[in-house]
Amino acid sequence: MAEMGEGGGGGGHEKGKKRAKKSSTRVDMTPMVDLAFLLLTFFVLTATFSKPKVMSMVYPAKPDPKDLTKPPKINNAITFLVTEDKLFYYTGQYYSVPTGDKPATVLEETNFGPKGVRKLLAELNKSVLIGKEGLDKQLERKEIQDSTYLRKLIDLKKERDALKVLIKTDDKATTKNFIDLVDELKIAEIGVIAPVDILASELELLKSKIK
Amino acid sequence: MPKIKIPKSSPSIDMTPMVDLAFLLVTFFMLSSTLKSPEPVEVDYPTSISDHIIPKNVIMITIDKGGRVFFDISNAEARKELLANMGTKYKIKFNEEQFKKFSFMSAFGCTMQELPQYIDMESGARKAFNTKGIPLDSLNNQLKDWIFYGNIAALNTGKTNYEEAKLSGEEPEMNDFKPKFILRVDGKAVYVHAQNVINVFRDLELNNLNFVTSMEMAPL
Repeated sequence: MAEMGEGGGGGGHEKGKKRAKKSSTRVDMTPMVDLAFLLLTFFVLTATFSKPKVMSMVYPAKPDPKDLTKPPKINNAITFLVTEDKLFYYTGQYYSVPTGDKPATVLEETNFGPKGVRKLLAELNKSVLIGKEGLDKQLERKEIQDSTYLRKLIDLKKERDALKVLIKTDDKATTKNFIDLVDELKIAEIGVIAPVDILASELELLKSKIK
Repeated sequence: MPKIKIPKSSPSIDMTPMVDLAFLLVTFFMLSSTLKSPEPVEVDYPTSISDHIIPKNVIMITIDKGGRVFFDISNAEARKELLANMGTKYKIKFNEEQFKKFSFMSAFGCTMQELPQYIDMESGARKAFNTKGIPLDSLNNQLKDWIFYGNIAALNTGKTNYEEAKLSGEEPEMNDFKPKFILRVDGKAVYVHAQNVINVFRDLELNNLNFVTSMEMAPL
């Protein structure tokens, strides 16, 4: 044991030739790993994976004040009144006071969840959803072309029985509430979506409902 | 009985495969991530199931939580034309340097009167610039002018790009080159703020708008 002299190199050499130290070919990789993982963490944290998407929305054109023709009567319409995190609706025409044989409009409450508005819309827009299912199957069996499918789908959404939706918001509704509702409408394949201004009497009705 | 010898393993591990892996991942993230251009405001988008990506030639209006309005237009050439038109309209003179800086700027939310000062700032200082957003009330509707002239400028550059694409032998669709209008609205912003901006668009008979949303899974 005592013979083990200077250096680790030669075992039993006695004061002979001086040899260049054999340095190991291995490099210590630890700092490099440190650096690599530091960079990795940085890029993972700064990377934005999901690029934002866009949802298109067609607003009704501003009415021309010179145009005096009455707007066409809408068949099968529903109006949503949106306020902060709450959702109300009524179907058909709005009557602030009982008119003829029609009673004054009463607001129904629903919510943004799948059991609320989604179920409601699926029920009311049944004709379109069933029609779409048929078209989907035809497309799957390659009976119709892609372009025909799209054209037929658009026609289907414009049909008389298809549900038309009006959206009215009060001054407390957030953009998230609005987008959530529009999103539900798109899920329910509704073709006619019209965000319109709220009437003063509707606002009153909404306020009395919230309290 | 001989003792069972436990082989002495060296405490140092060969790190090479680990380095390989780490650098592979670094390279992947470096190449796949696109660096965000600095924006004057952070916006938290609402979610939707829509999967359309943001088109190329756009005019983008940002509305932050407090309802401040910011304007941005994607094309650098269109920006120069727009600034020239806006300068003539508001009788503000911009120099060459300012034109150049403006064409590379991100969204801005200052009044036309503050704009020369804002352009001259360093990009780092712009974030700290106290702004109330672009005014859009009926007495001083600067946003309307921005959108109106922005639309004209973006239409012109869109047309040139279309012609160029046509010359290079592609079969472009004119529709892809037309300017689109994008609304980046913070989910927590009151919808009335968005409605005010939308009404400005509708006054200009631009009814087809797009909301920026982050993606959400469609229900099955």
